[in-house]
Amino acid sequence: MLDFWFFLEVLVGGLLSGTMYALVALGFVLIYKASSVFNFAQGAMVFFAVLSFVGFMELGLPFWAALPVTVGLMILVGMGTERFVLRPLVNQSEDTLLMATIGLAFVIEGVAQLAWGVDVRRLDLGIRDEPINWVMDKTGMLVSQLDVTAAAVAGIMVAALALLFSHTKVGRGLRAVADDHAAALSIGIPLKHIWMLVWATAGVVALVAGMLWGARSGVQFALVWVALKALPVLIIGGFTSVPGVILAGLIVGAVEKLGEVFIGPFFGGGIEGWAPYMLAVLFLLIRPEGLFGEKIIRRV
Amino acid sequence: MNISAILQSSQRAFPVGAPILELDSISLRFGGVKALTNISFNVLEHEVRAIIGPNGAGKSSMLNVINGVYVPQEGSITLRGERLAGMKPTDAAKLGIARTFQNIALFKGMSVLDNIMAGRNLRMHASFLEVALQLPRARREEAESREAVEEIIEFLEIEHIRKTPVSRLPYGLQKRVELGRALAAEPKILLLDEPMAGMNIEEKQDMCRFILDVNDHYGTTIVLIEHDMGVVMDISDRVVVLDYGKKIGDGTPEEVRSDQNVIDAYLGVPH
Repeated sequence: MLDFWFFLEVLVGGLLSGTMYALVALGFVLIYKASSVFNFAQGAMVFFAVLSFVGFMELGLPFWAALPVTVGLMILVGMGTERFVLRPLVNQSEDTLLMATIGLAFVIEGVAQLAWGVDVRRLDLGIRDEPINWVMDKTGMLVSQLDVTAAAVAGIMVAALALLFSHTKVGRGLRAVADDHAAALSIGIPLKHIWMLVWATAGVVALVAGMLWGARSGVQFALVWVALKALPVLIIGGFTSVPGVILAGLIVGAVEKLGEVFIGPFFGGGIEGWAPYMLAVLFLLIRPEGLFGEKIIRRV
Repeated sequence: MNISAILQSSQRAFPVGAPILELDSISLRFGGVKALTNISFNVLEHEVRAIIGPNGAGKSSMLNVINGVYVPQEGSITLRGERLAGMKPTDAAKLGIARTFQNIALFKGMSVLDNIMAGRNLRMHASFLEVALQLPRARREEAESREAVEEIIEFLEIEHIRKTPVSRLPYGLQKRVELGRALAAEPKILLLDEPMAGMNIEEKQDMCRFILDVNDHYGTTIVLIEHDMGVVMDISDRVVVLDYGKKIGDGTPEEVRSDQNVIDAYLGVPH
């Protein structure tokens, strides 16, 4: 007999980590939407961002000062990437741009470790990774405080960005640039500004994602692979859809946790790592544009 | 309905004035290919000015020069007495030149409303931070723009499709939405690249009516390119005729229509 509360506990745990996948995936979507670049360096940016944040704290900056300094740094990194890596490659194929971001990933990872060292560090946000007592008392479910806080922060950030990019001048500019360069220019939307804006935003998103992941699993090189978690989310949600990645993040989180607990035993466990990719492959077979992605129609 | 009769009989709210745009000896080459050779003409304020010519005559190149997409190797462009050098499309937009495209260039993923709102871009001055934090100026501008856009939507009679994604609209309506987006910037000069191309008679008549209404209602100076001579002659004040990148005629529709060079270019010359 399936225990309802246990099922719910697993589901909630899955959805909570799902919001964080959505946050990482959002960094990709922003850039892909505006400039058709699959930013392979997003994971490196996550690592670099949180490592710098911890680094500044080690240098003696308090939390409230280290945060804006790192935000500023990430904005610079994002704008610099646009200016020095992508602008010289304008009008090149998507493949070329992807290769450029792979190179960029190595540079950012290298610079991060050169500047701050290779040790694993702890990031203490003052929230403990312990179950919330009253939830445990009431229902018997173990729901981590840290998970809930992280999911709340990620959720707010994702929602705020989704609103910004759907209902404002900035959002229309972004979508306009994504749809048609010539038309965007003709109504006075400067491509370069929009690109810088999305890269800077992606940098800040990377910082937040890095802090949330780092607080849970330590600030270490493995954070680079957080980006891999975003891949199935992107495939399922669609590379160009903000609501798509939100939903897909939740789906991926729920599927991997529920799958691990309820289906895993039939395979000898350990399916959490690959279940999302299986789901992504299914989507590629059935609905390659993702849940909300634009249908790809190409003349061949 | 005879449009030319309407044009001539109606009193114009904005009578044709002094030259607003002057093009002097424009030459444009792509490598060895001469797209435009030594072309000069002017556009008067509040005028409907057409550029016509057979396929490959250089009409679109001419429009792209005015719009800053191409920078001509020779010649000068003067807007309201001020010479424009090395102008880019965003500069043109800032100077009050809006345009539509031959192959509709709408923002496909967006609704009609969002497309036209996007056209307000240069009329909204709030910075990224003001927008992100929804400070008063950003909110006020958004509301003002929405009002202006609603007026355009009403003007173009597209209220019923306000929220429809543009990719779902028929061709004729898409062209109208594109006109709306260009109008949203409140341009001084409106460049229309084959606004009637690919339309049926009814859609063409609608478009003609809207072009004349824009001119009459907002006083917008209109430069339009057409391939099809008939329609253009009806709605234009003056016509420039291009052929193989050279100017072969310039004048009122009547003058141009009876010009032997123009007749030869369109109908061919017996050998």
